[in-house]
Amino acid sequence: MPQIAFPPPDPAILARREDIVAGLAAILPADGLIADLAGRRAFETDALTAYRRPPLAVALPRSVEEVAAVMRFCRDAGVNVVPRGAGTSLSGGAIPQEDAIVLGLSKLNRILEVNLADRYARVQAGVTNLAISEAVAADGFFYAPDPSSQLACTIGGNVGMNSGGAHCLKYGVTVNNLIGVKLVAVDGEILEFGGPQPDAPGLDWLGVVCGGEGPLGVVVEATVKLIRAAEGARPVLFGFDSCADASRCVAAIIAAGIVPVAMEYMDKPAIAICENFAKAGYPLDVEAMLIVEVEGGEAEMAAELERIAAIAKTHGVRVIRESMSAMESAQIWKGRKSAFGATGRVADYICMDGTVPTSRLPEALDRVGEICASYGLRVANVFHAGDGNMHPLILYDVNDPEQQRKAEAAGMDVLRMSVALGGSLTGEHGVGIEKRDLMSCQFSPADLAQQKRVRAAFDPQARLNPAKVFPLEGGAA
Amino acid sequence: MILDAAATLAPADEQEARAMVAEAKLGEEALDITGGGSRNGIGRPPEGGRRLSTVRLAGIVFHEPAEMVLRARSGTPLSVVEAALDAHGQMLPFEPIDHRLLYGGGGEPTVGGLAATNASGPRRVSVGAARDSLIGLRVINGSGEAIMSGGRVMKNVAGLDLVKLNCGALGTLGLIVEATFKLLPRPECEATIVIRRLDEARAVAAMTAALGSPYGVSGAAALSPGMGREFSRTFLRLEGFAASVDHRVNALLKSLAEFGAERVLNGDDSRRLWRSVRDVEFLAEPRERAVWRIGVRASRAVDFLARLGPRARAHFFDCGGAIIWLATDPTPADAAAVRAALAPSGGHATLVRAPAALRAAVDVFQPQSASLMALTRRVKAAFDPQRLFNRGRMYAGI
Repeated sequence: MPQIAFPPPDPAILARREDIVAGLAAILPADGLIADLAGRRAFETDALTAYRRPPLAVALPRSVEEVAAVMRFCRDAGVNVVPRGAGTSLSGGAIPQEDAIVLGLSKLNRILEVNLADRYARVQAGVTNLAISEAVAADGFFYAPDPSSQLACTIGGNVGMNSGGAHCLKYGVTVNNLIGVKLVAVDGEILEFGGPQPDAPGLDWLGVVCGGEGPLGVVVEATVKLIRAAEGARPVLFGFDSCADASRCVAAIIAAGIVPVAMEYMDKPAIAICENFAKAGYPLDVEAMLIVEVEGGEAEMAAELERIAAIAKTHGVRVIRESMSAMESAQIWKGRKSAFGATGRVADYICMDGTVPTSRLPEALDRVGEICASYGLRVANVFHAGDGNMHPLILYDVNDPEQQRKAEAAGMDVLRMSVALGGSLTGEHGVGIEKRDLMSCQFSPADLAQQKRVRAAFDPQARLNPAKVFPLEGGAA
Repeated sequence: MILDAAATLAPADEQEARAMVAEAKLGEEALDITGGGSRNGIGRPPEGGRRLSTVRLAGIVFHEPAEMVLRARSGTPLSVVEAALDAHGQMLPFEPIDHRLLYGGGGEPTVGGLAATNASGPRRVSVGAARDSLIGLRVINGSGEAIMSGGRVMKNVAGLDLVKLNCGALGTLGLIVEATFKLLPRPECEATIVIRRLDEARAVAAMTAALGSPYGVSGAAALSPGMGREFSRTFLRLEGFAASVDHRVNALLKSLAEFGAERVLNGDDSRRLWRSVRDVEFLAEPRERAVWRIGVRASRAVDFLARLGPRARAHFFDCGGAIIWLATDPTPADAAAVRAALAPSGGHATLVRAPAALRAAVDVFQPQSASLMALTRRVKAAFDPQRLFNRGRMYAGI
């Protein structure tokens, strides 16, 4: 029996479904509205696939004006709205409810402006993360945040969730790379925050919209920083005989004043799964592996690697393997970035996203192992070690309700442990529906009430992406 | 001891601060929050209220060098934080401006003032502003509740980010009691390429080329003739391990050969220069002039200045030209001219230094749309419904 509750749908809205669909049909072109059940089912879940609810209807506007028209209609009709990019949320951030419409932004998929002199791009919300980097790669630029789902996930969703990725150790997460947003507020008004110049005046709207998980407005356009890529980049594999050695090595590298571009951790089960999938040349006979990426000119990379290798040697590193070609580097990253997909081929899993202070990583890894073992479940660990953002993949069988219950319970224990060690419930996947009931572990009632009051300043009736982020009022009901 | 109701409140700890705010709420008494007083010239003049100082809320709560994170109480002098970081070869990444040269007053920059003003410096061009390094904040809201947002880990997306909302809000939303920053290792070495005698368009072009290069430029500024030398100078900073800086200096010199790049400042010479840029030393005198901070696309910086014409009494570029520090005469007509000249370029102008009368008479911050003003009011009310904190400091009536 799945653990996450949904509020009961509003019967009055369900009863008016046909009117609501007709109202939307008057605003949207025929191919911009999905009302049949089979079509709606395609939007009933996201990457948290254990939970699904078919929405009332799906609106696929082609323009900002159509988004605004849909929002005005929903305001007048009193209908809740769940915005959706590519539906890759791992926390259920895009899962609808039966009495809400999905507002899909996939048709807003144009790159509006690329300005290399001022180093920014202005794109519509449905543009994929990777498409931005691809558009400027020939000129040597890139967009820094690189979530594993970057091939599919959209910039609108990235803004909603404040997405991270492997390379944010050096370049920051979405909020550090986002300089402007156009959004449609819950009442249909179009608002613009920030812009292509630094330090937008007034309150930091970008800071609160980014990672707000939708309720502050429907993001329709984003202006993002473009960064010139370094001369070269090289990932290096470091294999260790113990997980503790590998995690202590991470803390030691940072303590030595070295901030590599990326520092990724994989344990033995994760290495085996990813190697089998990507043939990246990962060492199979080690207990844990770090992928450390350095960048710069040849001599620079060599000098930095020498320092890192010296630290690794004092932490019992057994295997050091440098990428010797661009193709090899691509394989190494392909293995890491396909970790979730590759794991999905061997088992069902839930992916946790807690962050712990890096000095507590060895302890946290031990605790993850103990927690999963106590439920009789296997776990593969693959995560962003440099910033303490753990991703234990808890393996289970989705067809076994008992296992699903145990996996979810183990996951929640892992997150409580992350908070107890001074960390956070979520480093980059967001709260969504998955973790909302744990928010009270991390925040006091006063903290949560303050956040809700800010939310209400944007969306007084909580119509946008409702029943996410905050614990449901009065428990499940 | 004389109990004087007009005396400054100075809570010794969070509990006392909460009680004072709660009392102010009951008595419907506005509070004018100050830290070390070195940045009191920022924003609109206070609309009265009882002074509340954070100076006794002092001390580093923790500094974890291996995690590159530091938490300090809001009244902690920045110098105390910097000394602690120095001892471990670390720094606040964003190189916060010290406003004392500009305001010519005393005071002591504090952690809270830094967070409340989002104070950053030349390294902003590569690592962002204070808000990009501020990962946790504890504030007391207008109901006297202590509100925690963020935390001590650099990746944290749980809940709404009230950290950034309070950063740069000039204390209008809440009384900051604690701030947590992510840190960076202090670079082992730095070097600055100097290019002389470029006109403004060429200076911006050189900075744009450098910032678009793969060499990781962490400072890009251009000074006008008369600022230290009789000719213009364009500066590009590189930081990191010695071998890396050497390599990148040579590579960048080569790629900027067409601009006549050949001179390099090292070590203390480089550090001194960037401190002057950071603290806007070149516009500190004459004192009566108004000083503006302009945010604009670098590609439009020169056009903006051309439109403004002789009202620009002195100026220099930071952030590759995307930030212009500008001095004008302190008059409403000059303020109107600055904003009018900026309008076609897009961007924003903040009046950083001016007599109180001028700051009360003209918009200190770039005026925002009616919708954003309404949203600002609602967010203010969400934190501080009775408008206790720093009334009118950002916008009249808020």
